[in-house]
Amino acid sequence: MIPLTDFLLVSAGLFCIGLFMIVSKRNAIQILIGIELMLNAAILNLVAFGKYDRFNNGGQVFALFAIVLAAATTAVALAIILNVYRKYKTIDPDKVDKLRD
Amino acid sequence: MTIVQFLFYVMSFITLASALFVAASKSLVRSIFMFFITLFALAGLYVLALADFVAITQIVIYVGGILVLILFAFMLSGKDTLNAMQQQKNQFISLNKVAALLLAGLFFIVLINMIVKLDANNLPWIKKSVQLGNTFSPTDLTTDNIGVNLMTKYLLPFEALSVLLMMVLIGAAHLSRKEQRQ
Repeated sequence: MIPLTDFLLVSAGLFCIGLFMIVSKRNAIQILIGIELMLNAAILNLVAFGKYDRFNNGGQVFALFAIVLAAATTAVALAIILNVYRKYKTIDPDKVDKLRD
Repeated sequence: MTIVQFLFYVMSFITLASALFVAASKSLVRSIFMFFITLFALAGLYVLALADFVAITQIVIYVGGILVLILFAFMLSGKDTLNAMQQQKNQFISLNKVAALLLAGLFFIVLINMIVKLDANNLPWIKKSVQLGNTFSPTDLTTDNIGVNLMTKYLLPFEALSVLLMMVLIGAAHLSRKEQRQ
């Protein structure tokens, strides 16, 4: 059996890589990928603990919900990124500093 | 070391290495395609945590849906992005990156410290569920139980999520529509 601590360590590594991407990247798509990495780290934790909940399936069901929520987030975020690109001709979040009008 | 443990370490190495490549790569296309590999290896980790349905969902939704969406967004805003990336290439180590590295590293140390102190295998509720036989064994069929639970115990979050998905569908279609000028 794989110890639970190993899963937690892998997910901590993934989370920190995602955090690094969010803070350092200058491209909205790469920041989005960083957010996905952090979400995946959380889902890995849910699944790893879900192994100890056989009758209620709490961890796995909420991992499924989290995956669907991540898909919804990504769809909206990409629509927003496309709009920003159309308006500003760049997707660097540092350069998008004007409100409408 | 059993073969399951060996596979687990191989999978986690692939996951972390490809995630590092995604973070370090200068080229957006390469980092998107390495993200494919990260997601596949994560699905393998889910299988090793005895959650095969979640693993299949991960492959279908993440690899099939989200990555294709990201690729399309990249293609629709491509040229300027690539130019911006090339400008970034000149300054190899900027102050911005050092700060980000420091933040991520310190956060990682905090997390490691917490995980070591937590000692997850000896938590009271986990010991109790092992005693009661509430854990998965590798020969179990898990999917039918998930389906039953989804339709009984977790029906309210499920329905709320379906309403949210509907809203997202309409909202994303509305946002990405071309605006007409009056």
